[in-house]
Amino acid sequence: MNFNFTKYSIIYYILFAVLIIGSVLALLIFGLKFGIEFTGGSNMEINFLEKRPANEEIIKSLLSFNLGEIIVQPTGEKGAILKFKGIDEAAHQQIILKLSELSKVEEKSFEYIGPSIGQELKQKTILSIFLALLAITLYIAFAFRKVSRPIASWKYGIASLIALFHDILIPLGVFAVLGRFYNVEITIPIIAALLTILGFSVHDTIVIFDRIRENILRRGMGRFEETVNWSLNQTLGRSISTVFTTLLVLFSIFFFGGQTLKYFSLALIIGIASGVYSSIFIASPLLVSWYKFDEKKSV
Amino acid sequence: MQQKYLIFIGVVVLAVLAGNFAYPDYFNKGADFLNQKFNLSIPHFWTKSFIFGLDLQGGVNLAYQADLNNVTDKSGAMQGLRDVIERRVNLFGVTEPVVQIQGQDRLIVELPGITNVQDAIRMIGETPYLEFLEQRTEAETQQIIDKIREVQEVQEKNEDISKVTDWQLVLQNPYFKPTELTGKYLSKVNVVFDQTTYKPQIEIIFNKEGEKLFEQITEKNIQKPLAIFLDGASIVDTSGDGKIDAQDLYAPIVQDKITGGRAVITGDMSTQKANEITRRLNSGALPVKIGNPISQQTVGPTLGTVSLQKSLLAGIYGLLAVVLFMILIYRLPGVLASIALVIYVAVTLSLFKFIPVTLSLAGIGGFILSIGMAVDANILIFARMKEEIKQGKGLSLATEEGFKRAWPSIRDSNFNSLIVCAILFIFSTSFIKGFALTLSVGILVSMFSAIFITRILLLIFVGPKLEKFKWLL
Repeated sequence: MNFNFTKYSIIYYILFAVLIIGSVLALLIFGLKFGIEFTGGSNMEINFLEKRPANEEIIKSLLSFNLGEIIVQPTGEKGAILKFKGIDEAAHQQIILKLSELSKVEEKSFEYIGPSIGQELKQKTILSIFLALLAITLYIAFAFRKVSRPIASWKYGIASLIALFHDILIPLGVFAVLGRFYNVEITIPIIAALLTILGFSVHDTIVIFDRIRENILRRGMGRFEETVNWSLNQTLGRSISTVFTTLLVLFSIFFFGGQTLKYFSLALIIGIASGVYSSIFIASPLLVSWYKFDEKKSV
Repeated sequence: MQQKYLIFIGVVVLAVLAGNFAYPDYFNKGADFLNQKFNLSIPHFWTKSFIFGLDLQGGVNLAYQADLNNVTDKSGAMQGLRDVIERRVNLFGVTEPVVQIQGQDRLIVELPGITNVQDAIRMIGETPYLEFLEQRTEAETQQIIDKIREVQEVQEKNEDISKVTDWQLVLQNPYFKPTELTGKYLSKVNVVFDQTTYKPQIEIIFNKEGEKLFEQITEKNIQKPLAIFLDGASIVDTSGDGKIDAQDLYAPIVQDKITGGRAVITGDMSTQKANEITRRLNSGALPVKIGNPISQQTVGPTLGTVSLQKSLLAGIYGLLAVVLFMILIYRLPGVLASIALVIYVAVTLSLFKFIPVTLSLAGIGGFILSIGMAVDANILIFARMKEEIKQGKGLSLATEEGFKRAWPSIRDSNFNSLIVCAILFIFSTSFIKGFALTLSVGILVSMFSAIFITRILLLIFVGPKLEKFKWLL
């Protein structure tokens, strides 16, 4: 079996554009819902030992504390997550007492993040994503420095960078939608997941590019498109197996790993799935298209 | 050829050691059983437990922002502050509290298993109080000691102690009483070295008002001790038991009336001790304000336990699914890769114990993810092997070639993940740090496991004898 991947490049590009535009639109229209790590505020997870009161009842009982907007999310059978503005420990204790008047309460966790930390984390997030993209591109350009024909090594870097943008944008778009409709927030674990996606999905691209490099050295420089296709076919089995084993453990975390790791694993699942698409159907065809474009120009 | 058997034996030994270190229960039970049956004395395996993060064992994490605006020696002030907070935190009696400086002006306090968070926050936030105390007269001392005895007697009879006149006296230190001299009269404390003996000394410089006060106090107390207290207890641990309590007393003797506002404490002490005392004196002299925490994370003990169980379950299911997949798709090499994967898990867990790595929920997540990723190297090698076999190479040669050709890809792609892990460390958040740390340990071990374990297993088990059973591959 030797599938001609690059023949249908135009279809991949269209799908690519649709996914990117969709994600960008979702981000523009819905925006991202940032967790309290970024915005500052309090997050309280409680369990009512007997019966969970109605959300309105909970909010009403806390009105006297002047907590700003209070969000109540029921969890499980008797649990609830409360979100409101930042409070000190004394107010926190009083809130527990007040809630206990409704029905006996056990507190599972409490988190308070001051506003200064949020600002700092936002900056760090942007910085780290930028650094990761830069470092990966440089590394690929370096790793492929010996292969400068028929395609310059930095072009491998650019192609994988475009694939990476795709892999980051798609999960962000999905989370914009989830945030709008299911109150799912962008939290620190999700940022960690996004950065890991950067590292992981470039795995695939590197393995394929490595094969292209090797095949160019073996078969000479002619028929670049054929070489790319040949390489894609050779690496396809490995790409599928690897992504599959990683998805196996991630789904295991998603279904059994508990609340904190749920959306963390979801972000990874989406990112890794888009990663395999982008490295097979975007990064490599891009190299071929670029090569063809350069050829036309030189003629 | 001999070499590969040696490496194989090495791998087996490593696997047995790592497996037992990560989970010593079976070994210990076996040892107990044999000891009982044959009257032997096989020792138990080296036991070391995992260290779990606050999110798994419950507790509180507090972050403070220190106000260093009026401080010149910022790093010294932060060390002094950490020192003072550490003293207070040790009073809570929680196991292994952590107080660490983060960046320039942040202080992180972690109190595992604490129940009364409100008190902890109040005590941590207090301004350090440094005071100098002079010796009481014998009559005064006797009066307080008598009063303590009187109150004890009343207490033994279960009666109300407020009936005793002046019962508040028992709250005071029987031997020393406060002077007016406190931290606010100090301007600077340094460690200096004696010109001739090179022994460390502590130089205390008072401000203008302190100068006068100190002159009066020293004049009154010549040849008597002057005790230094911080937060109502001795400034350092003098009894050498590692904690500060009523047994400790740091009280240099006043040699003479001291004018000019400069005093030197001499005596036999190590430079380390002198530094410690100096730091604490300075923290009382120029108290750094930290106020309320800028962030707080409290995890109840039940949530921690549930999280731990769930994440372990996820790990076990994930591992099983990967093993099943590998055996179904790759048959014999899949079995070998699964063995390598189990050894990988044992070695990585042992490293987590050994280093030790604090395992948070995120860390366990990173480790589980690394199980999925660790197989990648094996898949790369097998895919290459199959190609080489298709080209008609013998099994042994195909194995070597497959490994050699897969290696650059394994190296490059793992290197990229390591770069990302390094970048993740920019975040000082413990969630991300824990994740990045376990993931990078996982990646490094997985590369080791690809080079040594999988390769050796393949070289040993995939030999000429297998030529007839090629369907296994």
